[in-house]
Amino acid sequence: MLVGKQSWVFQQHPVIAATGVSGGPFEAHGHLAEDFDILHDDLWMGQDSYEKAQRVLIEEAIQTVMQKGNIQKEDVQFLIAGDLINQITPTSFAARTAQIPYFGLFGACSTSMEGLALASFMVNYQGAKNVLTGASSHNAATEKQFRYPTEYGGQKPPTAQWTATGAGVALVTENKNQQNLPYTTSATIGKVIDMGLTDPFNMGGAMAPAAADTITAHFKDLQLEPSHYDLIVTGDLARVGRETVLDLLENHGLKMDPERFLDCGLMLYKEDQPVQSGGSGAGCSAVVLYGHLLNQMKKGIYNRILLVATGALLSPLSFQQGETIPCIAHAVSIEI
Amino acid sequence: MGNQKKKKTPEQQQYEQLQQKHETKRPVFKNCVKAFFVGGLICTIGQAISYFYIYFFNFTEQTAGNPTVATMIFIAMLLTGFGVYDRIGQFGGAGSAVPITGFGNAVISAAIEHRTEGFVLGVGGNMFKLAGSVILFGVFAAFVVALIKTLLIMWGVI
Repeated sequence: MLVGKQSWVFQQHPVIAATGVSGGPFEAHGHLAEDFDILHDDLWMGQDSYEKAQRVLIEEAIQTVMQKGNIQKEDVQFLIAGDLINQITPTSFAARTAQIPYFGLFGACSTSMEGLALASFMVNYQGAKNVLTGASSHNAATEKQFRYPTEYGGQKPPTAQWTATGAGVALVTENKNQQNLPYTTSATIGKVIDMGLTDPFNMGGAMAPAAADTITAHFKDLQLEPSHYDLIVTGDLARVGRETVLDLLENHGLKMDPERFLDCGLMLYKEDQPVQSGGSGAGCSAVVLYGHLLNQMKKGIYNRILLVATGALLSPLSFQQGETIPCIAHAVSIEI
Repeated sequence: MGNQKKKKTPEQQQYEQLQQKHETKRPVFKNCVKAFFVGGLICTIGQAISYFYIYFFNFTEQTAGNPTVATMIFIAMLLTGFGVYDRIGQFGGAGSAVPITGFGNAVISAAIEHRTEGFVLGVGGNMFKLAGSVILFGVFAAFVVALIKTLLIMWGVI
């Protein structure tokens, strides 16, 4: 049901019945290694290119979620997923393997919540019984496309972020009053915001206004206070972006409790890992939500969270042509 | 041309200021010191290799340059292939980018990166992706300087 200007409320409470999360070697040494279903100790994942390795990550996540959800591919109506690579080939090629009717999404690093919002909407209105949704990224494949070769010795500034290697896929199903399973209650779809920043090594700073806009719209549409949520988690703003968005929200009249305002990019890695400002990538919010955060909810640590995935909608071509970086954010609220 | 800067709206300018407050600044002085020592170390190694060729082989100070450069690039190639050079680069910054080893690293890392697209379109087409502009503007700058020198000699200034 449309509420306010840009939000949906899911009255049927679509359930996140199962999740599958896979990751790479750098994530295996990270802070949340225990929350992954599959971890690789090799960035190539036994493939001969990084793009193929990313496809493997998605295939494994899909396989795991179907096993854990005890469901066959014939019973899944749709797969809604995307990634950062040109023409989202890793996801589309994984969909070729999965043989599930497929929607390819591109929302850069906001893809995870774009997919979860659409999947919940479909299930809520009986457009589907079971939907798979997810997002992925691969550090080396993304660096290759957006920045420099992996082994190039360029110095990264402290505002740069580390693209996560990982895929997170969730199975969204009809609510049959299952116990102790998280369900989605609402979603706010963001608009594209461009505050004129041009530095591709400062994504957090560029994306913060989009996050602030979507969060403000969410609370306005649903007429809620920030204290409604146990936790508000942004996708991959990292250190620079998180501090900026807290400031922006305060200017908008929303005072956040910094203890309860986290960022997936800051949760995924340990302090001593050389990730500069923090983690990023389409897979970052997907693995942190579908792995760590939902586990925490099942343990009863959090009952109500809002996940705001942020994406920078630039291409290597657009920033070389001197264009600014347009950004977007989508929010989904999850309860248990 | 498409490159002209669009004028920023007052809202964007205001945000830029707010954002800069939170932006972690590049540690410029620390980076300069690190670059000085890393660059100095690379050049010292180069000098040692140069002496090695002069003392143990039949090279003079003028002719030892070429084998020295080749050796330094070879070492950079090994370090790039073993995944060490990018770490030196993150630490040393300009210190490891400016010497010939940095140029070697730019060529070799691109060649490694694109071998998945084949030898012709991948390695061949992308090897000079980063280093190509160094070669182009290096050659052009050399041409301009040589032209100036020629003209000065013709006019009898030097």
